[in-house]
Amino acid sequence: METLNILNRFDYTLMIVAIGAALLGAVSGALGTYAVLRRQSLLGDAISHAALPGIAIAFLLTGSKTPLILVLGAAIAGWLGTLLIMSIVRMTRIKYDSALGVVLSTFFGFGLVLHTFIQRTGNANQAGLDTFLFGQAATILERDIVTMGILGSVAILITVIFWKELKLLIFDEGFAASLGFSTRALDILLTSLLVIAIVLGLQAVGAVLMSAMLVAPAVAARQWTDRLSVMMLLAACFGILAGVSGTIISSSASRIPTGPTIVLCATVVVGFSIVFALNRGLLWDWMRQRRNRQGLEAAANRLFKEPQQGGD
Amino acid sequence: MNQLHTPLQQRGIKLQVLETKAIEVTDLTVAYQDKPVLWDIDLDVPPGVLLSIVGPNGAGKTTLIKAILGLVRPAAGNVLIYDKPYEVQRGIVGYVPQRGTVDWDFPTNVLDVVMMGRYGALGWIRRPGRQERELAMQALEKVGLETYTTRQISQLSGGQQQRVFLARALVQDATVYLMDEPFQGVDATTERAIITLLQELRANGKTVIVVHHDLQTVEDYFDWVMLLNIRRIASGPVADTFTSDNLRQTYGGRVAFVKK
Repeated sequence: METLNILNRFDYTLMIVAIGAALLGAVSGALGTYAVLRRQSLLGDAISHAALPGIAIAFLLTGSKTPLILVLGAAIAGWLGTLLIMSIVRMTRIKYDSALGVVLSTFFGFGLVLHTFIQRTGNANQAGLDTFLFGQAATILERDIVTMGILGSVAILITVIFWKELKLLIFDEGFAASLGFSTRALDILLTSLLVIAIVLGLQAVGAVLMSAMLVAPAVAARQWTDRLSVMMLLAACFGILAGVSGTIISSSASRIPTGPTIVLCATVVVGFSIVFALNRGLLWDWMRQRRNRQGLEAAANRLFKEPQQGGD
Repeated sequence: MNQLHTPLQQRGIKLQVLETKAIEVTDLTVAYQDKPVLWDIDLDVPPGVLLSIVGPNGAGKTTLIKAILGLVRPAAGNVLIYDKPYEVQRGIVGYVPQRGTVDWDFPTNVLDVVMMGRYGALGWIRRPGRQERELAMQALEKVGLETYTTRQISQLSGGQQQRVFLARALVQDATVYLMDEPFQGVDATTERAIITLLQELRANGKTVIVVHHDLQTVEDYFDWVMLLNIRRIASGPVADTFTSDNLRQTYGGRVAFVKK
């Protein structure tokens, strides 16, 4: 009965929302691979938090709630935030994690102030802006799907074109620079890709939790494979899985926010992968250790017991 | 007028007499946030030598390699490779970074890492193909890892990792090689194999510069040496340069090494 109920709800609106969630899951999962392998998992967090004031400013300037305009504002702000972090690290003695923390909280605080200000003005049009905090997948419309599809395709196309350069940058930046590849340009390219991945998901998942969608699918995918291309493909699949299942669960009951549900679904995938993955999983480790111990005990038995028996 | 011209002419004559230099470092100073790590370094390396850079920890050995490769920006000074700046000559320079600078848990295999040595020749966007694969296979044979092509790099031992990096530099098909501690963490057999390979490179007219830690083997392995401790203490053929006096100056009397 319960499954039937869910199936019945799979109407046109839900389908649009699910497609949107799948798109954001695929793009953030695939691009998150780079963030995770480069040990920049928290950069996504900084970008998504830094994007918040961009949404408010875009609304204040245009008075429009068109997602494309708001997302553009978010992208610019997120990008500026990241650029600021890079400049702080390059020009001062402040370390990366501190710069990240300062920029993240300052931009986020500023964003909250702006959102409160917009709410106080009583602008009838403003309702819905705060969906960008925790995400509201139900607000995704057909035109948003088109925007997400185009942006996501561009991002994926760029990773395909610069596959070799990005791989080299992440594996061995010094060697890449010695070969004459501009690591600064590649760095900016990579950051731009992460910004695209983040802003794609702001509407559905929200600024607070979007970075999890960048990290979780990639972490889970790493457990199952030792190949970069396969890892990226798997991460995209896990992202789709989390996005779609999270959307369906949150729409099956009222008042379940989409963002947190999608993230919880992604967490389940991570948990499962950490425990059950072949070769890298905890269960596999435990079995291997047990086998080793048994082998060792058997060998010890042979070594120490047999000569005694022989002596008797 | 004549007085002004005479020294120039003399220098002109001198330059003609001297052979071209594989590497020429002039007045190189590098500082990290006001603290000098290299101070006023001059170094001339003739082609076809196997040179080791030795000095205590923090002497700036890695920084010197990186400065020659243009990876760190010098506060002052100049580096030429066969009379031209590195930006023009990077096609003839091969680089082996320290093994510890990369994440060996990166999801890729041995062949893929070795093929990265061809990325510079390929340039932007172009993908490695069959030719790159063959060159990588040949390099892997030279370092004795031909059966490891599909091995995940996290499953390699320290010595194998070092040999993978060496193979990656070999496929660069360079004239000048810069290697940062290629003997670090390798066993005696691997060390033998690596030094044989480096001596082979020198026999083929390549110039090989190696950051080295083990003073005991300098005389056996290398024909040139540079003693470095922020400043250049001395550089030249091992026989003239690797003296107790120079070593004491480099290591500040703390040298636990007795020369034969």
